[in-house]
Amino acid sequence: MKVLVSVKRVIDFNVKVRVKADGSGVETANVKMSMNPFDEIAMEEAVRLKEAGAVTEIVAVSCGPQACQETLRTALAIGADRAILVETNEELQPLAVAKLLKKISEKENPQLVILGKQAIDDDSNQTGQMLAALLGWSQATFASKLLVDKEKATVTREVDGGLETLSIKLPAVVTTDLRLNEPRYVTLPNIMKAKKKSLETLKPDALGVDVAPRLQTLKVTEPPKRKAGVKVPDPKALVDKLRNEAKVI
Amino acid sequence: MAVLVLADHDGKSIRKATLNTVAAAQKIGGDVHILVAGNGCGDAAKAAASVAGVAKVLHADAAQLADELAENVAALLVALAKGYSHILAPATSSGKNVLPRAAALLDCQQISEIISVEAPDTFVRPIYAGNALATVKSKDPIQVITVRTTGFDAVASTGGTASVEVIQPPGDSGLSAFVGREVQKSERPELTSARVVVSGGRGMGSGDNFKILEPLADKLNAAMGASRAAVDAGFVPNDWQVGQTGKIVAPELYVAVGISGAIQHLAGMKDSRVIVAINKDEEAPIFQVADYGIVGDLFKLVPELVEELKK
Repeated sequence: MKVLVSVKRVIDFNVKVRVKADGSGVETANVKMSMNPFDEIAMEEAVRLKEAGAVTEIVAVSCGPQACQETLRTALAIGADRAILVETNEELQPLAVAKLLKKISEKENPQLVILGKQAIDDDSNQTGQMLAALLGWSQATFASKLLVDKEKATVTREVDGGLETLSIKLPAVVTTDLRLNEPRYVTLPNIMKAKKKSLETLKPDALGVDVAPRLQTLKVTEPPKRKAGVKVPDPKALVDKLRNEAKVI
Repeated sequence: MAVLVLADHDGKSIRKATLNTVAAAQKIGGDVHILVAGNGCGDAAKAAASVAGVAKVLHADAAQLADELAENVAALLVALAKGYSHILAPATSSGKNVLPRAAALLDCQQISEIISVEAPDTFVRPIYAGNALATVKSKDPIQVITVRTTGFDAVASTGGTASVEVIQPPGDSGLSAFVGREVQKSERPELTSARVVVSGGRGMGSGDNFKILEPLADKLNAAMGASRAAVDAGFVPNDWQVGQTGKIVAPELYVAVGISGAIQHLAGMKDSRVIVAINKDEEAPIFQVADYGIVGDLFKLVPELVEELKK
């Protein structure tokens, strides 16, 4: 069974994001970039399925500028067998990425596509669901447990109020939630090995996909700042403040 | 044109998130219709009809809609889409699961988790865990939108007199099947709609230690939440998680205990009206957003706080 994993290059989760003064976006120059954490979980899950013998090949895909090659090298170091970069400098929105991944899926014929549930830059939480729709496949989002059989997968999902389990027909799209697994650390020997693995580059045009953005960003602003309050010495003073100043209890 | 709101419901009643979403729909303008899709959800459809300001309720009742399977609900939305300028759903786990699937089938770029309506085609949404706000304008003929419930005050659940129209959904896709559900039973208010939330972080030290927060939550009639660090450490279930990748809450009072205040946690609670932080580290970032902070040992302070509240 072949698995496709989509990985996105985003500003590292530890970086304090700054809005540009001209309101055109956030500062990305000289900022540490990393693989989207949920995509790391997706890669890890694919590798675990391969180690368990359920999967024979893992193909990592990333859509974006040339620098996404680094993200793909990380995916290869985690354990992908080969990688595909759909290279474009255009701003990619989730529908466009889903269309690109659909074309790649049609070429590669995976039985399973695993993606992070959301990217921590645009926080959209759309691409997996959209890909499943465009392919006409089943979907299981926010997965915290994944069991793969020959023709179906059993997926436990994180939903409001608890957990839900679905049985989905393969081929399918699964998006990962936090507790699915804990991604491994990438080791130096694996980073060296990853350099020798195949990384193919394609252009959206060659896939016949129009990636022009549908949403126009008019401006990006800083959210209103919350003012730091006061420190109180003890619970007695706190209760007094809550009762008589904030009037919240 | 009209705006269609996909209801979040439990078969018997409409969840509050639906009322916040109707508020967003009213800001957009035009008639507001609510779609109640499920199996044996007649009572929920009735409840939807009494929501203030709703013109019509579409009631789709069928076995294949029983468990909100994304494939079947999205197909129903696509079948209905032609008559609407906007399709909205609350950004609950169900709305987030279903709506992008419908959007892609309609060839529309969804707008996720709006917090404000600037114009019928222009919306504000948080990005980067709420560290930036993007104002976006959509060029799509149908706008497909999820609504962050904390951005809109709920409309009244009563006073409306909408008509209920029964509609036939498309058949079962056959792609997925519901197996089971594990719901955490709790006597406490629901996290995203609670008036008070008491949350614990890594500083709690263990899952057992969360018990120390229970009397405090009882006293304040609060929902209980947690930071991602506490969830990651296995102290509490994931559906307690407040933050960028968990639930977004904006209660009247948020009490953060042993939570340092990582960006990703602040993203989920910084719109709360009053924030209280209890942390032993006086440099913890949580104090930069807290209205009232106490520096000290939570295991000593929390019981003391409960005693003070009893006075």
